Amino acid sequence: MKSLVRIFALVVRYFYLIKTSFPRILELMYWPTFQMILWGLISKHLTNSNDTIIQIGGVLIAGVLLWDILFRSQLGFSISFLEEIWSRNLGQLFVSPLRPLELVLSLMTISFIRTTIAMIPAALLAIPLYSFSLFQMGLSLMFFFTSLLMTGWILGIFIIAAIIRFGVAAESLAWGAIFTLAPLSAVYYPVETLPEWIRWLSLSFPQTYVFEGMREVLFSNNFNSNYFIKSIILNIIYAIIAVIVFLVSFEGARKRGGLINTGE
Amino acid sequence: MSENIIEVRNLSKKFRNHHAVKNISFDLKRGEIKGILGANGAGKTTTITMLLGLLTPTSGSIKILSTDISKDRYKILNKINFSSPYVDLPKKLTVRQNLYVYGMLYGIKNINQKIKDVAKELDFTGLLDIKVGELSSGQKTRVSLGKAVINDPEILFLDEPTASLDPDTADRVRTFFEKFCKTHNTAIILASHNMEEVTRLCSSVIMMKDGRITDQGTPNSLLKKYGKKKLEDVFLKIARDKNN
Repeated sequence: MKSLVRIFALVVRYFYLIKTSFPRILELMYWPTFQMILWGLISKHLTNSNDTIIQIGGVLIAGVLLWDILFRSQLGFSISFLEEIWSRNLGQLFVSPLRPLELVLSLMTISFIRTTIAMIPAALLAIPLYSFSLFQMGLSLMFFFTSLLMTGWILGIFIIAAIIRFGVAAESLAWGAIFTLAPLSAVYYPVETLPEWIRWLSLSFPQTYVFEGMREVLFSNNFNSNYFIKSIILNIIYAIIAVIVFLVSFEGARKRGGLINTGE
Repeated sequence: MSENIIEVRNLSKKFRNHHAVKNISFDLKRGEIKGILGANGAGKTTTITMLLGLLTPTSGSIKILSTDISKDRYKILNKINFSSPYVDLPKKLTVRQNLYVYGMLYGIKNINQKIKDVAKELDFTGLLDIKVGELSSGQKTRVSLGKAVINDPEILFLDEPTASLDPDTADRVRTFFEKFCKTHNTAIILASHNMEEVTRLCSSVIMMKDGRITDQGTPNSLLKKYGKKKLEDVFLKIARDKNN
Protein backbone atom coordinates (compact mmCIF):
# COMPACT_ATOMS: atom_id res chain seq x y z
CA MET A 1 0.00 0.00 0.00
CA LYS A 2 2.79 2.44 0.94
CA SER A 3 4.50 1.49 -2.29
CA LEU A 4 1.37 2.38 -4.28
CA VAL A 5 1.17 5.75 -2.54
CA ARG A 6 4.78 6.51 -3.51
CA ILE A 7 4.13 5.49 -7.12
CA PHE A 8 1.01 7.66 -7.12
CA ALA A 9 3.03 10.55 -5.63
CA LEU A 10 5.36 10.55 -8.61
CA VAL A 11 2.52 10.19 -11.08
CA VAL A 12 0.96 13.26 -9.46
CA ARG A 13 4.32 15.04 -9.77
CA TYR A 14 4.50 14.35 -13.53
CA PHE A 15 0.83 15.13 -13.99
CA TYR A 16 1.30 18.55 -12.34
CA LEU A 17 4.00 19.17 -14.91
CA ILE A 18 1.76 18.32 -17.86
CA LYS A 19 -1.31 20.06 -16.42
CA THR A 20 0.35 23.38 -15.75
CA SER A 21 1.94 23.71 -19.17
CA PHE A 22 -0.26 24.20 -22.24
CA PRO A 23 2.74 23.99 -24.64
CA ARG A 24 3.53 20.56 -23.21
CA ILE A 25 0.02 19.29 -23.88
CA LEU A 26 0.12 20.80 -27.36
CA GLU A 27 3.54 19.26 -28.04
CA LEU A 28 2.22 15.86 -26.95
CA MET A 29 -0.58 16.00 -29.53
CA TYR A 30 1.19 17.90 -32.28
CA TRP A 31 3.59 15.31 -33.73
CA PRO A 32 1.25 12.31 -33.90
CA THR A 33 -1.39 14.50 -35.55
CA PHE A 34 1.14 16.04 -37.94
CA GLN A 35 2.49 12.61 -38.90
CA MET A 36 -0.98 11.24 -39.42
CA ILE A 37 -1.97 14.15 -41.70
CA LEU A 38 1.24 13.87 -43.72
CA TRP A 39 1.05 10.12 -44.22
CA GLY A 40 -2.67 10.35 -44.80
CA LEU A 41 -2.06 12.72 -47.72
CA ILE A 42 0.65 10.46 -49.13
CA SER A 43 -1.56 7.40 -48.94
CA LYS A 44 -4.50 9.35 -50.43
CA HIS A 45 -2.30 10.27 -53.37
CA LEU A 46 -1.30 6.63 -53.83
CA THR A 47 -4.91 5.51 -53.59
CA ASN A 48 -6.02 8.01 -56.22
CA SER A 49 -3.25 6.87 -58.53
CA ASN A 50 -4.04 3.18 -58.52
CA ASP A 51 -7.20 1.42 -57.37
CA THR A 52 -5.41 -1.86 -56.78
CA ILE A 53 -3.54 -0.49 -53.82
CA ILE A 54 -6.54 1.09 -52.16
CA GLN A 55 -5.90 -0.76 -48.90
CA ILE A 56 -2.37 0.54 -48.65
CA GLY A 57 -3.66 3.92 -47.53
CA GLY A 58 -5.17 2.46 -44.39
CA VAL A 59 -2.09 0.32 -43.77
CA LEU A 60 0.21 3.32 -43.98
CA ILE A 61 -1.92 5.43 -41.63
CA ALA A 62 -2.28 2.51 -39.22
CA GLY A 63 1.50 1.96 -39.38
CA VAL A 64 2.15 5.62 -38.62
CA LEU A 65 -0.28 5.68 -35.71
CA LEU A 66 0.90 2.40 -34.19
CA TRP A 67 4.56 3.36 -34.61
CA ASP A 68 3.77 6.60 -32.83
CA ILE A 69 2.24 4.67 -29.93
CA LEU A 70 5.61 2.93 -29.52
CA PHE A 71 7.55 6.17 -29.92
CA ARG A 72 5.30 8.18 -27.55
CA SER A 73 5.38 5.41 -24.95
CA GLN A 74 9.18 5.36 -24.97
CA LEU A 75 9.45 9.14 -25.12
CA GLY A 76 6.90 9.68 -22.32
CA PHE A 77 8.85 7.29 -20.13
CA SER A 78 12.31 8.72 -20.88
CA ILE A 79 11.33 12.42 -20.85
CA SER A 80 9.61 12.11 -17.49
CA PHE A 81 12.83 10.67 -16.10
CA LEU A 82 14.87 13.40 -17.77
CA GLU A 83 12.69 15.97 -15.98
CA GLU A 84 14.26 14.69 -12.74
CA ILE A 85 17.75 15.06 -14.18
CA TRP A 86 17.09 18.54 -15.58
CA SER A 87 15.61 19.72 -12.28
CA ARG A 88 18.47 18.11 -10.27
CA ASN A 89 15.85 16.28 -8.25
CA LEU A 90 17.21 12.74 -8.45
CA GLY A 91 19.16 13.04 -5.19
CA GLN A 92 16.06 14.26 -3.32
CA LEU A 93 14.01 11.37 -4.70
CA PHE A 94 16.44 8.65 -3.74
CA VAL A 95 16.87 9.96 -0.21
CA SER A 96 13.12 9.62 0.20
CA PRO A 97 11.70 6.11 0.76
CA LEU A 98 11.14 5.75 -3.01
CA ARG A 99 12.52 2.47 -4.45
CA PRO A 100 14.09 2.40 -7.92
CA LEU A 101 11.42 0.02 -9.22
CA GLU A 102 8.68 2.30 -7.90
CA LEU A 103 10.19 5.07 -10.01
CA VAL A 104 10.04 2.74 -13.03
CA LEU A 105 6.38 1.88 -12.33
CA SER A 106 5.45 5.54 -12.00
CA LEU A 107 7.22 6.31 -15.28
CA MET A 108 5.22 3.53 -16.93
CA THR A 109 1.96 5.00 -15.62
CA ILE A 110 2.72 8.52 -16.79
CA SER A 111 3.94 7.17 -20.12
CA PHE A 112 0.54 5.49 -20.57
CA ILE A 113 -1.23 8.79 -19.76
CA ARG A 114 0.99 10.81 -22.10
CA THR A 115 0.64 8.29 -24.94
CA THR A 116 -3.13 8.30 -24.60
CA ILE A 117 -3.25 12.12 -24.63
CA ALA A 118 -0.98 12.14 -27.68
CA MET A 119 -2.70 9.47 -29.75
CA ILE A 120 -6.42 10.01 -29.27
CA PRO A 121 -6.66 13.33 -31.19
CA ALA A 122 -4.63 11.92 -34.10
CA ALA A 123 -6.67 8.73 -34.24
CA LEU A 124 -9.96 10.67 -34.07
CA LEU A 125 -8.88 13.18 -36.73
CA ALA A 126 -8.03 10.39 -39.16
CA ILE A 127 -11.74 9.44 -39.29
CA PRO A 128 -13.13 12.65 -40.88
CA LEU A 129 -9.96 13.44 -42.83
CA TYR A 130 -9.29 10.08 -44.47
CA SER A 131 -12.29 7.92 -43.59
CA PHE A 132 -9.89 5.67 -41.72
CA SER A 133 -10.67 4.58 -38.19
CA LEU A 134 -7.93 2.94 -36.19
CA PHE A 135 -10.73 1.79 -33.92
CA GLN A 136 -12.06 -0.47 -36.70
CA MET A 137 -9.37 -2.89 -35.57
CA GLY A 138 -11.53 -3.33 -32.46
CA LEU A 139 -10.18 -5.55 -29.72
CA SER A 140 -7.02 -6.28 -31.68
CA LEU A 141 -6.15 -2.57 -31.37
CA MET A 142 -6.19 -3.00 -27.58
CA PHE A 143 -3.74 -5.90 -27.88
CA PHE A 144 -1.49 -3.96 -30.25
CA PHE A 145 -1.63 -0.88 -28.03
CA THR A 146 -0.70 -2.93 -24.93
CA SER A 147 2.21 -4.65 -26.62
CA LEU A 148 3.61 -1.44 -28.14
CA LEU A 149 3.21 0.39 -24.84
CA MET A 150 5.24 -2.36 -23.14
CA THR A 151 7.94 -2.24 -25.81
CA GLY A 152 8.14 1.55 -25.37
CA TRP A 153 8.58 1.15 -21.62
CA ILE A 154 11.32 -1.45 -22.12
CA LEU A 155 13.22 0.85 -24.47
CA GLY A 156 12.68 3.63 -21.92
CA ILE A 157 14.18 1.51 -19.14
CA PHE A 158 17.27 0.80 -21.27
CA ILE A 159 17.57 4.51 -22.06
CA ILE A 160 17.30 5.70 -18.44
CA ALA A 161 19.81 3.01 -17.46
CA ALA A 162 22.19 4.53 -20.04
CA ILE A 163 21.51 8.05 -18.72
CA ILE A 164 22.22 6.93 -15.15
CA ARG A 165 25.40 5.24 -16.37
CA PHE A 166 26.71 7.88 -18.79
CA GLY A 167 25.00 11.03 -17.53
CA VAL A 168 23.13 13.67 -19.51
CA ALA A 169 25.40 13.03 -22.50
CA ALA A 170 23.15 10.04 -23.19
CA GLU A 171 19.91 12.02 -23.17
CA SER A 172 19.76 12.24 -26.98
CA LEU A 173 19.01 8.49 -26.92
CA ALA A 174 15.53 9.44 -25.70
CA TRP A 175 14.76 11.04 -29.07
CA GLY A 176 16.92 9.08 -31.48
CA ALA A 177 17.48 5.50 -30.34
CA ILE A 178 14.10 4.19 -31.40
CA PHE A 179 14.56 5.25 -35.03
CA THR A 180 17.49 2.87 -35.43
CA LEU A 181 14.92 0.10 -34.88
CA ALA A 182 12.38 1.45 -37.37
CA PRO A 183 13.79 -0.13 -40.56
CA LEU A 184 13.87 -3.52 -38.85
CA SER A 185 10.44 -3.29 -37.23
CA ALA A 186 8.41 -3.96 -40.40
CA VAL A 187 6.27 -0.88 -39.75
CA TYR A 188 5.26 -0.13 -43.35
CA TYR A 189 6.26 -3.34 -45.11
CA PRO A 190 6.28 -7.07 -44.25
CA VAL A 191 9.33 -8.79 -42.79
CA GLU A 192 9.75 -10.64 -46.11
CA THR A 193 10.76 -7.33 -47.71
CA LEU A 194 13.94 -7.30 -45.62
CA PRO A 195 17.05 -9.15 -46.85
CA GLU A 196 16.88 -12.75 -45.71
CA TRP A 197 20.08 -12.60 -43.66
CA ILE A 198 18.67 -9.93 -41.33
CA ARG A 199 15.10 -11.18 -40.87
CA TRP A 200 16.03 -13.05 -37.71
CA LEU A 201 16.90 -9.72 -36.11
CA SER A 202 13.60 -8.20 -37.13
CA LEU A 203 11.77 -11.24 -35.73
CA SER A 204 13.57 -10.85 -32.40
CA PHE A 205 11.75 -7.54 -31.80
CA PRO A 206 8.30 -7.61 -30.17
CA GLN A 207 7.00 -4.69 -32.26
CA THR A 208 7.59 -6.57 -35.54
CA TYR A 209 4.78 -9.01 -34.65
CA VAL A 210 2.43 -6.14 -33.89
CA PHE A 211 2.93 -4.60 -37.34
CA GLU A 212 2.65 -7.99 -39.03
CA GLY A 213 -0.55 -8.60 -37.06
CA MET A 214 -1.86 -5.15 -37.97
CA ARG A 215 -1.49 -5.87 -41.68
CA GLU A 216 -3.28 -9.18 -41.32
CA VAL A 217 -6.19 -7.47 -39.56
CA LEU A 218 -6.45 -4.75 -42.21
CA PHE A 219 -5.99 -7.02 -45.24
CA SER A 220 -7.79 -10.17 -44.06
CA ASN A 221 -9.84 -8.92 -41.11
CA ASN A 222 -8.20 -11.68 -39.10
CA PHE A 223 -6.55 -11.24 -35.72
CA ASN A 224 -3.65 -13.69 -35.51
CA SER A 225 -3.20 -14.38 -31.80
CA ASN A 226 0.18 -16.06 -32.49
CA TYR A 227 1.62 -12.69 -33.37
CA PHE A 228 0.30 -11.19 -30.16
CA ILE A 229 1.56 -14.06 -27.98
CA LYS A 230 5.06 -13.92 -29.54
CA SER A 231 5.13 -10.18 -29.06
CA ILE A 232 4.16 -10.42 -25.39
CA ILE A 233 6.65 -13.24 -24.67
CA LEU A 234 9.46 -11.19 -26.22
CA ASN A 235 8.34 -8.16 -24.23
CA ILE A 236 8.51 -10.15 -20.99
CA ILE A 237 12.02 -11.43 -21.79
CA TYR A 238 13.27 -7.96 -22.70
CA ALA A 239 11.55 -6.44 -19.65
CA ILE A 240 13.46 -8.80 -17.33
CA ILE A 241 16.75 -7.92 -19.05
CA ALA A 242 15.93 -4.19 -18.97
CA VAL A 243 15.14 -4.20 -15.25
CA ILE A 244 18.38 -6.06 -14.49
CA VAL A 245 20.38 -3.57 -16.59
CA PHE A 246 18.61 -0.67 -14.85
CA LEU A 247 19.31 -2.02 -11.35
CA VAL A 248 22.97 -2.70 -12.21
CA SER A 249 23.25 0.82 -13.61
CA PHE A 250 21.59 2.26 -10.48
CA GLU A 251 24.00 0.43 -8.17
CA GLY A 252 26.89 1.57 -10.37
CA ALA A 253 25.71 5.17 -9.96
CA ARG A 254 25.66 4.71 -6.19
CA LYS A 255 29.28 3.59 -6.37
CA ARG A 256 30.34 6.53 -8.52
CA GLY A 257 28.18 9.18 -6.84
CA GLY A 258 26.17 9.62 -10.02
CA LEU A 259 22.81 9.95 -8.28
CA ILE A 260 23.71 13.29 -6.76
CA ASN A 261 25.88 14.67 -9.54
CA THR A 262 23.82 13.79 -12.62
CA GLY A 263 22.40 16.90 -14.21
CA GLU A 264 25.02 19.30 -12.97
CA MET B 1 23.52 8.46 28.42
CA SER B 2 21.65 9.01 25.17
CA GLU B 3 21.76 6.24 22.54
CA ASN B 4 23.85 6.42 19.37
CA ILE B 5 21.59 6.79 16.39
CA ILE B 6 24.44 6.93 13.90
CA GLU B 7 27.54 4.74 14.19
CA VAL B 8 30.19 5.20 11.51
CA ARG B 9 33.15 2.83 11.62
CA ASN B 10 36.30 2.92 9.46
CA LEU B 11 34.46 4.51 6.57
CA SER B 12 36.42 5.03 3.35
CA LYS B 13 35.57 6.07 -0.18
CA LYS B 14 37.91 5.82 -3.11
CA PHE B 15 37.10 7.14 -6.61
CA ARG B 16 39.61 5.53 -8.96
CA ASN B 17 42.90 7.07 -7.75
CA HIS B 18 41.37 9.66 -5.45
CA HIS B 19 40.79 8.77 -1.79
CA ALA B 20 37.90 11.11 -0.88
CA VAL B 21 37.28 9.75 2.63
CA LYS B 22 39.87 7.85 4.61
CA ASN B 23 38.96 5.54 7.45
CA ILE B 24 36.74 7.83 9.50
CA SER B 25 34.71 6.83 12.57
CA PHE B 26 32.24 8.80 14.66
CA ASP B 27 28.89 8.54 16.46
CA LEU B 28 25.83 10.74 16.67
CA LYS B 29 23.45 10.74 19.60
CA ARG B 30 19.73 11.46 19.59
CA GLY B 31 19.10 15.21 19.74
CA GLU B 32 22.76 16.04 19.10
CA ILE B 33 23.84 18.55 16.44
CA LYS B 34 27.21 17.61 15.01
CA GLY B 35 29.09 19.91 12.69
CA ILE B 36 31.41 18.67 9.97
CA LEU B 37 33.99 21.29 9.15
CA GLY B 38 36.64 21.26 6.49
CA ALA B 39 37.94 23.11 3.48
CA ASN B 40 36.57 22.41 0.01
CA GLY B 41 37.42 18.85 -0.98
CA ALA B 42 37.91 17.74 2.64
CA GLY B 43 35.30 14.98 2.24
CA LYS B 44 32.29 16.52 4.01
CA THR B 45 29.77 16.12 1.20
CA THR B 46 31.12 12.66 0.32
CA THR B 47 30.62 11.61 3.95
CA ILE B 48 27.06 12.95 4.07
CA THR B 49 26.24 11.38 0.71
CA MET B 50 27.40 8.00 2.04
CA LEU B 51 25.32 8.46 5.20
CA LEU B 52 22.29 9.12 3.02
CA GLY B 53 22.95 5.94 1.04
CA LEU B 54 23.36 7.80 -2.26
CA LEU B 55 26.97 6.71 -2.42
CA THR B 56 28.32 3.26 -1.62
CA PRO B 57 31.38 3.25 0.66
CA THR B 58 34.51 1.46 -0.51
CA SER B 59 34.90 0.03 2.98
CA GLY B 60 33.64 0.49 6.52
CA SER B 61 30.17 0.44 8.00
CA ILE B 62 27.32 2.85 8.69
CA LYS B 63 24.56 2.05 11.16
CA ILE B 64 21.63 4.44 11.31
CA LEU B 65 18.91 3.83 13.91
CA SER B 66 20.50 0.39 14.49
CA THR B 67 20.16 -0.51 10.79
CA ASP B 68 23.14 -1.37 8.63
CA ILE B 69 22.35 0.84 5.64
CA SER B 70 24.35 -1.31 3.25
CA LYS B 71 21.78 -4.05 3.92
CA ASP B 72 18.45 -2.27 4.42
CA ARG B 73 18.57 1.47 3.85
CA TYR B 74 14.87 1.62 2.91
CA LYS B 75 13.94 0.70 6.48
CA ILE B 76 15.16 4.07 7.76
CA LEU B 77 14.65 6.44 4.83
CA ASN B 78 11.29 7.72 6.11
CA LYS B 79 13.01 8.69 9.38
CA ILE B 80 15.73 10.84 7.87
CA ASN B 81 15.81 13.78 5.46
CA PHE B 82 18.26 16.24 4.02
CA SER B 83 18.79 19.58 2.37
CA SER B 84 21.68 20.47 0.12
CA PRO B 85 22.51 23.14 -2.42
CA TYR B 86 23.65 20.34 -4.76
CA VAL B 87 20.07 19.22 -5.35
CA ASP B 88 16.92 21.16 -6.18
CA LEU B 89 13.20 20.74 -6.11
CA PRO B 90 11.40 20.63 -9.49
CA LYS B 91 11.29 24.23 -10.69
CA LYS B 92 8.08 24.03 -12.70
CA LEU B 93 5.99 22.85 -9.78
CA THR B 94 4.70 25.26 -7.15
CA VAL B 95 6.03 25.08 -3.61
CA ARG B 96 2.76 23.51 -2.46
CA GLN B 97 2.82 20.89 -5.23
CA ASN B 98 6.43 19.97 -4.40
CA LEU B 99 5.70 19.62 -0.71
CA TYR B 100 2.56 17.62 -1.48
CA VAL B 101 4.52 15.16 -3.62
CA TYR B 102 7.24 14.77 -0.99
CA GLY B 103 4.62 14.51 1.74
CA MET B 104 3.16 11.53 -0.12
CA LEU B 105 6.58 9.98 -0.72
CA TYR B 106 7.25 10.12 3.02
CA GLY B 107 3.78 8.79 3.84
CA ILE B 108 2.65 11.90 5.73
CA LYS B 109 -0.94 11.90 6.97
CA ASN B 110 -2.94 15.11 6.64
CA ILE B 111 -0.42 16.55 4.20
CA ASN B 112 -2.21 19.86 3.59
CA GLN B 113 -2.14 20.76 7.28
CA LYS B 114 1.50 19.70 7.52
CA ILE B 115 2.40 21.94 4.56
CA LYS B 116 0.66 24.88 6.25
CA ASP B 117 2.52 24.23 9.52
CA VAL B 118 5.95 23.91 7.89
CA ALA B 119 5.39 26.98 5.72
CA LYS B 120 4.35 28.99 8.78
CA GLU B 121 7.38 27.81 10.80
CA LEU B 122 9.81 28.70 8.00
CA ASP B 123 7.92 31.82 6.98
CA PHE B 124 7.06 30.95 3.39
CA THR B 125 3.25 30.75 3.55
CA GLY B 126 3.02 33.51 0.95
CA LEU B 127 5.15 31.49 -1.47
CA LEU B 128 3.10 28.30 -1.45
CA ASP B 129 1.45 28.87 -4.82
CA ILE B 130 4.52 30.21 -6.60
CA LYS B 131 6.62 27.98 -8.85
CA VAL B 132 9.94 27.01 -7.28
CA GLY B 133 11.77 28.26 -10.38
CA GLU B 134 10.48 31.76 -9.72
CA LEU B 135 11.85 31.97 -6.17
CA SER B 136 15.02 33.75 -5.09
CA SER B 137 17.86 31.52 -3.90
CA GLY B 138 17.11 32.42 -0.28
CA GLN B 139 13.44 31.52 -0.71
CA LYS B 140 14.43 28.27 -2.41
CA THR B 141 16.65 27.41 0.55
CA ARG B 142 13.80 27.94 2.99
CA VAL B 143 11.47 25.80 0.88
CA SER B 144 14.14 23.10 0.63
CA LEU B 145 14.42 23.16 4.42
CA GLY B 146 10.63 22.85 4.58
CA LYS B 147 10.87 19.70 2.48
CA ALA B 148 13.65 18.48 4.78
CA VAL B 149 11.44 18.64 7.88
CA ILE B 150 8.14 17.58 6.31
CA ASN B 151 8.46 14.05 7.74
CA ASP B 152 9.60 15.18 11.22
CA PRO B 153 12.88 13.32 10.71
CA GLU B 154 14.77 11.69 13.55
CA ILE B 155 17.99 12.61 11.76
CA LEU B 156 18.50 15.59 9.51
CA PHE B 157 21.45 16.04 7.16
CA LEU B 158 22.14 19.64 6.24
CA ASP B 159 24.77 20.70 3.76
CA GLU B 160 25.43 24.47 3.93
CA PRO B 161 21.83 25.19 5.01
CA THR B 162 22.15 28.96 5.30
CA ALA B 163 24.67 29.57 2.52
CA SER B 164 22.43 31.78 0.37
CA LEU B 165 20.44 33.48 3.11
CA ASP B 166 20.66 37.06 4.31
CA PRO B 167 21.76 37.46 7.97
CA ASP B 168 18.21 38.01 9.25
CA THR B 169 16.76 34.95 7.50
CA ALA B 170 19.81 32.86 8.36
CA ASP B 171 19.30 33.74 12.03
CA ARG B 172 15.61 32.78 11.84
CA VAL B 173 16.53 29.47 10.23
CA ARG B 174 19.09 28.71 12.94
CA THR B 175 16.51 29.55 15.60
CA PHE B 176 14.09 27.23 13.79
CA PHE B 177 16.58 24.36 13.92
CA GLU B 178 17.36 24.94 17.59
CA LYS B 179 13.64 24.80 18.38
CA PHE B 180 13.00 21.89 16.01
CA CYS B 181 15.74 19.77 17.58
CA LYS B 182 14.45 20.43 21.06
CA THR B 183 10.79 19.74 20.29
CA HIS B 184 11.40 16.69 18.07
CA ASN B 185 14.62 15.43 19.67
CA THR B 186 16.04 15.36 16.15
CA ALA B 187 19.75 14.85 15.58
CA ILE B 188 21.47 16.92 12.91
CA ILE B 189 24.61 16.45 10.90
CA LEU B 190 25.59 19.85 9.60
CA ALA B 191 28.27 20.49 7.01
CA SER B 192 29.08 24.16 6.96
CA HIS B 193 31.71 26.78 6.33
CA ASN B 194 29.94 29.22 8.60
CA MET B 195 31.86 29.08 11.89
CA GLU B 196 29.37 31.30 13.68
CA GLU B 197 26.62 28.92 12.75
CA VAL B 198 28.59 25.87 13.85
CA THR B 199 29.54 27.51 17.17
CA ARG B 200 25.93 28.44 17.82
CA LEU B 201 24.21 25.22 16.79
CA CYS B 202 26.63 22.35 17.25
CA SER B 203 27.28 20.48 20.45
CA SER B 204 30.17 18.65 18.80
CA VAL B 205 32.38 19.21 15.78
CA ILE B 206 34.33 16.98 13.41
CA MET B 207 37.26 18.62 11.64
CA MET B 208 38.10 17.04 8.27
CA LYS B 209 41.06 17.51 6.00
CA ASP B 210 41.97 15.52 2.88
CA GLY B 211 39.32 12.92 3.67
CA ARG B 212 40.49 12.29 7.24
CA ILE B 213 39.16 13.38 10.62
CA THR B 214 41.93 15.49 12.04
CA ASP B 215 40.16 16.31 15.28
CA GLN B 216 36.78 16.19 16.98
CA GLY B 217 35.14 17.41 20.15
CA THR B 218 32.91 20.13 21.50
CA PRO B 219 33.50 23.63 20.12
CA ASN B 220 34.79 24.72 23.55
CA SER B 221 37.17 21.78 23.91
CA LEU B 222 38.63 22.53 20.46
CA LEU B 223 39.06 26.20 21.27
CA LYS B 224 40.83 25.25 24.48
CA LYS B 225 43.00 22.62 22.83
CA TYR B 226 44.24 24.95 20.10
CA GLY B 227 44.39 28.02 22.33
CA LYS B 228 42.11 30.04 20.08
CA LYS B 229 39.17 32.32 20.73
CA LYS B 230 37.17 31.58 17.61
CA LEU B 231 36.36 28.32 15.85
CA GLU B 232 37.40 29.96 12.59
CA ASP B 233 40.96 30.22 13.90
CA VAL B 234 40.92 26.54 14.84
CA PHE B 235 39.66 25.77 11.32
CA LEU B 236 42.42 27.85 9.73
CA LYS B 237 45.08 26.30 11.91
CA ILE B 238 44.02 22.78 10.98
CA ALA B 239 43.51 23.62 7.30
CA ARG B 240 46.94 25.22 6.97
CA ASP B 241 48.91 22.93 9.24
CA LYS B 242 51.06 20.73 6.99
CA ASN B 243 51.48 18.12 9.74
CA ASN B 244 47.74 17.39 9.80
